[in-house]
Amino acid sequence: MSLLTIEGVWKHYHGLSVLRGIDLEVAPHEVVCLIGASGSGKSTLLRCVNLLETIDDGAIYLDDTEITDVRADADDVRRRIGMVFQAYNLFPHMTVLDNITLAPRKVHGVRPEKAEARARELLDRFGLADKAGEYPDRLSGGQQQRVAVIRAVATDPRLLLLDEVTSALDPTLVTEVLGVIRELKETGMTMILATHEMGFARDIADTVCFLEGGVLLESGPPEQIFSAPEHPRTRAFLQRVLEARRM
Amino acid sequence: MTDGQSAASPGMPEHAESPVWVKSERQRRREADLRGRARRSVSIATASTIVVVVALVAGITSSPGWPRVQETFLSPEAFVAALPDVLRGFLLNIKMFLIAEVFILVLGLLVAVVRGLRAPVFFPLRALAVLYTDVFRGVPTILLIYLVGFGIPALQLQGAPSDPVTLGIIALVLSYGAYVAEVFRAGIESVHPSQRAAARSLALTQGQTMRHVVLPQAVRRVVPPLLNDFVSLQKDTALVSVLGPLEALRQAQIHKDLDFNFTPYLAAALLFILLTVPMARFTDHLAARAARRRTGGGTA
Repeated sequence: MSLLTIEGVWKHYHGLSVLRGIDLEVAPHEVVCLIGASGSGKSTLLRCVNLLETIDDGAIYLDDTEITDVRADADDVRRRIGMVFQAYNLFPHMTVLDNITLAPRKVHGVRPEKAEARARELLDRFGLADKAGEYPDRLSGGQQQRVAVIRAVATDPRLLLLDEVTSALDPTLVTEVLGVIRELKETGMTMILATHEMGFARDIADTVCFLEGGVLLESGPPEQIFSAPEHPRTRAFLQRVLEARRM
Repeated sequence: MTDGQSAASPGMPEHAESPVWVKSERQRRREADLRGRARRSVSIATASTIVVVVALVAGITSSPGWPRVQETFLSPEAFVAALPDVLRGFLLNIKMFLIAEVFILVLGLLVAVVRGLRAPVFFPLRALAVLYTDVFRGVPTILLIYLVGFGIPALQLQGAPSDPVTLGIIALVLSYGAYVAEVFRAGIESVHPSQRAAARSLALTQGQTMRHVVLPQAVRRVVPPLLNDFVSLQKDTALVSVLGPLEALRQAQIHKDLDFNFTPYLAAALLFILLTVPMARFTDHLAARAARRRTGGGTA
């Protein structure tokens, strides 16, 4: 039984099709990495799953209920899905602690002291215990993004969406964020990541999906996609990535 | 929260081989040059100010009507005679300002939030908010004061206010509420959509997103333009004089009518300046601080 099912999803922007009939199944505890060039539709797909975008055809199911049904309660769907953005999107007027406890307190009805205890436990686990009272602009990019991940998992979501979470980071800060994601995988968190970090994708993914021009061209276990890709477009893309890294 | 200052002075580790700074001859010369320039700037500014002031004073006092103006606008006796009454009237201006300000903030924020409501149930409210801002920003404040001040009592409604001060405050609130609503709306729209996306992704409802994420950021951003509107409101309390309450301008008018000396007007003007100048400086200070925060310091 799959946790998330994406069925023939289409999305158009101003007459341009950015998602062209995407099919994808995600099993519980599975980690799926979406790879592909910028503009291939990775981020749009994640935003559609979180209902931040409406789809133009197809359907998305979470726990076997259709979340793209127009009668579905979007807030109820989002209560079960966490999301981390490329630009962190922390709330600048709140401390780290308030950023993390806002949704547990206001949306999930957790008592403030319980929400705070849980937030401090997570901060401690990810090496940010001393930052609880800081405002986001006093933190490095890597620290901000780790806080954003904690904020997204503090409500114990069924599914975590990560949208190019290391793309805005200095290379030296990328590893600390990837470390957090690796640790989440160990706890059994189901995740979909859009990423440009091929090494990391190969390391952490159970399934890698290659998107190009809004089409899911190829998917499979990382060994297969990275070592023996079947589709010539996948080969060409990986070749370009490899060349770029040698530069 | 502190600004970016402390981040600029990290504790640099002192290595044995790290160079020690001894000010070079070149830097000494550069600093001497800078000091010379600073001295020259001060002398030029002083000379230029003296020339301008002397020219202005000479120009005004040599005009043919000057003795007459001095007598009717700058009479110390008339000033002293009128000041206590004008000052007492001015306290009423301050009272009107303080009461109106509170209601303007509430009304403006309410209208701005209502305009942002998306649910179809709120359509009539939304339309009303748009109509309100369009109409009341278009009507000159003094006209509105006349319409409210004479129109509401004319309705002869049970319980409708008839006191001119209350009516004046209502007119000011209606007029400025429309402006302040637009200021708040601009602030709300200046909050980046990614902030809403983050809040919505955490399953906060539209209302919670507005209350906890958008409004706190929006309100902080619009404090300087709001204060600017309030500087303007302080002066416009004088317009209520057309309804007759004994505020500063009205008192000045009464004194003027006694001996046809216009000095009481000058007294009233001085009082308004005394109130608005500190507020304007405070606004500048806040705006400068906000600018410093945005750029993270620096001189450019």
